Amino acid sequence: MLWSGINRPSLLEGDELFARTTALAIAILAAIDAAAAQTANQPPDTMAARVEACTPCHGNKGEGTSDVYFPRLAGKPAGYLYNQLLAFRSGRRKYPPMNYLLEFLPDPYLEAMAEYFASEHPPLPQPAPSEVSKDVLAQGEQLATSGDAGRNIPACVSCHGPGLTGMQPGIPGLLGLRAPYISAQLGAWRYGTRTARSPDCMQLVAGHLTEADVTAVAAWLATRPAPANPAPVPKGTYALPFGCGSQPN
Amino acid sequence: MGSRLSITLLALAAFTTAAQAQDKDKTGDIVARGEYLARAGDCTACHTAPEGRLFAGGRAMPTPFGTLYTSNITPDPETGIGKWSADDFYKTMHNGRFPDGGLIYPAMPFASYTKVTRADSDAIFAYLRSIPPVSQKNRPHELRFPYDNRQLILGWRTLFFSEGEFKPDPKKSAEWNRGAYLVEGLGHCGMCHSPINALGGTSQSDAFKGGLIPMQNWYAPSLTSNREAGLGDWSIKDITDLLQTGVSARGVVYGPMAEVVHNSLQYLDDADTKAMAVYLKGISEPSPPPPASSALPTTESSLLISLGKTVYDKNCASCHGTQGEGKPPHWPPLANNQSIEMQSAVNPIRMVLNGGYPPGTKGNPMPYGMPPFAGLLSDNEVAAVVSYIRTAWGNRGTPVSAREANELRSAPLN
Repeated sequence: MLWSGINRPSLLEGDELFARTTALAIAILAAIDAAAAQTANQPPDTMAARVEACTPCHGNKGEGTSDVYFPRLAGKPAGYLYNQLLAFRSGRRKYPPMNYLLEFLPDPYLEAMAEYFASEHPPLPQPAPSEVSKDVLAQGEQLATSGDAGRNIPACVSCHGPGLTGMQPGIPGLLGLRAPYISAQLGAWRYGTRTARSPDCMQLVAGHLTEADVTAVAAWLATRPAPANPAPVPKGTYALPFGCGSQPN
Repeated sequence: MGSRLSITLLALAAFTTAAQAQDKDKTGDIVARGEYLARAGDCTACHTAPEGRLFAGGRAMPTPFGTLYTSNITPDPETGIGKWSADDFYKTMHNGRFPDGGLIYPAMPFASYTKVTRADSDAIFAYLRSIPPVSQKNRPHELRFPYDNRQLILGWRTLFFSEGEFKPDPKKSAEWNRGAYLVEGLGHCGMCHSPINALGGTSQSDAFKGGLIPMQNWYAPSLTSNREAGLGDWSIKDITDLLQTGVSARGVVYGPMAEVVHNSLQYLDDADTKAMAVYLKGISEPSPPPPASSALPTTESSLLISLGKTVYDKNCASCHGTQGEGKPPHWPPLANNQSIEMQSAVNPIRMVLNGGYPPGTKGNPMPYGMPPFAGLLSDNEVAAVVSYIRTAWGNRGTPVSAREANELRSAPLN
């Protein structure tokens, strides 16, 4: 009995301890009750509760869902997310379910939504095994990391960052997205159904890509593992190779 | 002598300046009043295109007869209404004709605007004269034969248009009459809340009796029947909350009505909002509930409703409550909610499929939203949960079929 010989003086004895503990418990319960009385009949006054309409497609914290066509939002630069919300609201970026949800929401609210998802950092998913051949992946890697100067195609990393984590405030990271989503977006840029503020840099880039390029780049990007620090780098960390309306210098 | 003259001149100058200042104030007043009235008329909803300049037109208006493009009503002399006089503007509002006598398609709600007073028309015109002119040519309409022949409008006018300013009802209060003026005139509520027939018209006797909005596939409920959106048993506060903020203890606005609150109603002052509430409450006609009848066989209904409870408890109860009590105003109650119970199940089905946000307003700048369930629930589950909420907790709606749910999956979203 190691402890038996040690005299541990109790600060409070028996009944008194019980009485004080009970009083404290009652006080705490009363405080909780009072707070609950104010909010019991109201939804939580939080952004999480306000963006519940986003979660069936984008996940509770913007981590994405099993549907490969719905993108991860979490951790992307707030400026990028805000631009997308504005573009969906005005109909410039077309996806009727999004256009419909945002149509009558004011700018400051869209900004708050963008900030909310930008500040969430659920872990990046494990990359899924790729369905394309090694050669195609190698072609994707080549284009993403070095581009193709002969065809006027800049490397993805020249704007989206060496770690592909994006740059504040307007350039999105490309990690945690599935190949079908990336491929669909590049396709939309190529065909001009997705556009952005002029100079519309992504449309210029995607205009030089072939369908095979798109498949290869999308496949390779989707295989990238999570980096140690997935946060977008600060504004001005590197210079963009050409002008981009979404990221004014 | 010389000094007297200068004093006189000085006095005159001072007088002139004062008079000019007063004139300017008057102009300022009329412009501000015109802006307010233009809000009440929701002119911007049609005459401003998405990402377009204010009132420069060019917005596509799909109709069953083809696509109309709204016109430029900025004071640009070549492409807008810069050469119009106040008389021209009044004639357009009041009689649905261009200054040259040409006929206007009745997508422009002149059948309602005809009730607007000359003074209010002049104020709106003064306001439109004050906004920046935009040089943007009107895009020609794309109407199918035979609707591209404007002479057909004459027939429409004979059937459905009666010209005339609003006449107050001396038996009613000034407040009721103000509400009636706003609802029937500038508010042009009847454009959606009245049944539209195959000719794109609505008869006076059917005013505010509700109807499916063509092309949009939302049901604009009756404003007179308490079984629909009749407000007879609503408190005035709940009505004004709904109109001004988009949310209320009884329900929230969604679909096309979210646009109306967003662009128009939230800007109306307390007195006008209350006047509309008093009038709307006044026109409701309590009607005995018709016996619940459903096209579905009883066994199918009870299966649906029992599946519906499972779907509801899993997906809906966390916000709308196990008894459909909600957490109003942000999470609306579904029990005793006319929008859920009414004869047409179009709106509750669409809300389940598409979700939605009430509009962001001054009174409710960060609204809570309903998630879309189109991707999560099968047609059968949508029908089941809608059947459940329409019949649970004393609600007196009827069950709906999976086919009805399926048909609305392709309804246009914007």
